[in-house]
Amino acid sequence: MIRTQSKTRKHGLLSYKVRKRLVPYFYVAPATFLFCLLMLFPMITVLRYSLMDGAITKKDASFVGLQNYVTIFRDPVFWQSVGQTLYFTVMSVIFHLLIGLAFALLLNSQRVDPLIRSILRVLYILPWLFTAVIIAIIWRLLLDPNGVVNSILMTLHIIDFKVEWFSSTKTALHALTFANIWAGYPLYMVSLLAGLQGIPKDLYEAAGIDGANEFQKFRYITIPQLMPIIISIALLDFIWTMQVFPLVWMTTGGGPIYATEVLSTYTYKLAFSSYEFSRASASAIFILIISMGATYFYIKHQKAR
Amino acid sequence: MAKRSLSRTIVPTLLTYLGLAVGLVFAGFPILWMFFTSLKSNTEIFALPPRLLPDRFTSVAYLAIFNDPTKVRFFLNSYLVAGVVTVLTVLIAILTAYAFSRYSFRLKKTLNVFIISTQTVPPITLLIPYFGMVVAFGIFNTYFALILTYMVFTLPYAILLMTGYLNTLPRELDEAVLVDGGSSWTALWRVIIPLSVPGIVATAVYTFLLAWNEFLFALTLTKSMDMRTVPIGIELLMGQHAFEWNQMMAMSVLGSLPLLVLYLIAQRYFLAGMAAGSVKS
Repeated sequence: MIRTQSKTRKHGLLSYKVRKRLVPYFYVAPATFLFCLLMLFPMITVLRYSLMDGAITKKDASFVGLQNYVTIFRDPVFWQSVGQTLYFTVMSVIFHLLIGLAFALLLNSQRVDPLIRSILRVLYILPWLFTAVIIAIIWRLLLDPNGVVNSILMTLHIIDFKVEWFSSTKTALHALTFANIWAGYPLYMVSLLAGLQGIPKDLYEAAGIDGANEFQKFRYITIPQLMPIIISIALLDFIWTMQVFPLVWMTTGGGPIYATEVLSTYTYKLAFSSYEFSRASASAIFILIISMGATYFYIKHQKAR
Repeated sequence: MAKRSLSRTIVPTLLTYLGLAVGLVFAGFPILWMFFTSLKSNTEIFALPPRLLPDRFTSVAYLAIFNDPTKVRFFLNSYLVAGVVTVLTVLIAILTAYAFSRYSFRLKKTLNVFIISTQTVPPITLLIPYFGMVVAFGIFNTYFALILTYMVFTLPYAILLMTGYLNTLPRELDEAVLVDGGSSWTALWRVIIPLSVPGIVATAVYTFLLAWNEFLFALTLTKSMDMRTVPIGIELLMGQHAFEWNQMMAMSVLGSLPLLVLYLIAQRYFLAGMAAGSVKS
């Protein structure tokens, strides 16, 4: 203690400088430690698993190189899952954006009483607060063959027999996608509403003086101004939707006959139903690589802003 | 002329209200259906023609949950895990955000990229090594396993939200403490934290929401009924009593209640925080 003190006195300036430089590291230390333990280390582990034979289950698991990747790439169900994941994700992103934008525009409309707008803003967000599991069972109830959706559609003569939305190979993927669309638009709505409120009013006034109509104002001012937000949110949504697990697990479980199998359920079943942890790891790395590709664009886009 | 200008304002206004009404049905109908189903008797649920409101309101589904210790335990577990995760996440996030907002240091860029990419790492990718780790550490089927692993996806958002918030506080406020000879630690606790209450509330609500809703890790890293959380409880109920829709809906209502209440209390902070986090981060 005394030594430190005398040292500090001797090289007072340097020691103070060093200490000051260390201060931020002290503050970020807990988070850094957790990220290493929960991110860096597991990433290396899953990569290692994917190159082994019988990871976790075998004591003497051996290194087999890319064998697990070859095995899953030869599995037709894997490629079916890739296609279905893509359909589910792309449709979700498109409709999330369209509905989110429509709701944001409606809520931003000066024609509507501000009180009504603020009440509706709270109500429109509700789907987002529900757990995927709850969303899944709400839609299982509504889309039950004897449920209210079939009743309404039959009363309106849109369909003339009870559709088994989640248990028919023809409709399951669409029904699942629809439930996900319902659950996910509020993030876009909130972000785009904030974006709309940030667009300078004089842009519209100037366009009005130049004789632009409402559509032209929307096309040439609103959309370009919102574009950075749209790209950010859509990229994030793409990444997140690609990884959706609980909604699929709780509505269809990937069935009927793989009709709604997505990459996450495919991977989960490999690991925790078949105990093929090595192949599951290879599949998980595949999902990770696609996510990282999208993340690269996301970070690049964030920096450009 | 008068008629033309009238139709020019009234028609768009009517269309806007119509759009808002359609939106309300789209967003609200499934939720209302869930709520009123939880108050129906099981025989009434698929009555034809379907009715939103029950003929006879009954609390039988709720009573069945409250009288079942297993189901009550799901709720206690969820409150405990989400509560502890929220406290720890907010504390660590404040420290990190303080460094991010007030200092420039070499690790900052790396850590920032790391945090942003953590947001996008698929949970299923982490799940497999977590399973291996949790078993190896001997913490399989414990609260500790859930609390620890949840931090990986609550922390990034919490740090981003908190950094965004701290950036809005003028530096002069905490620099005054440093000029007076106080340490940065004093500045953080005496000045920054008391001023950050709205940001902390937004971060805490969002963290609680993420932790409360988590499914995949809870499904895989716990096994016994007394460790299960609400989402898993609902899943198990679905498998066991596939036809007791009113109980499942009651469970869903109860499972959504804390989030709805928190959101309604904190929605001003929450929306502002979300907008700041997603738009500017």
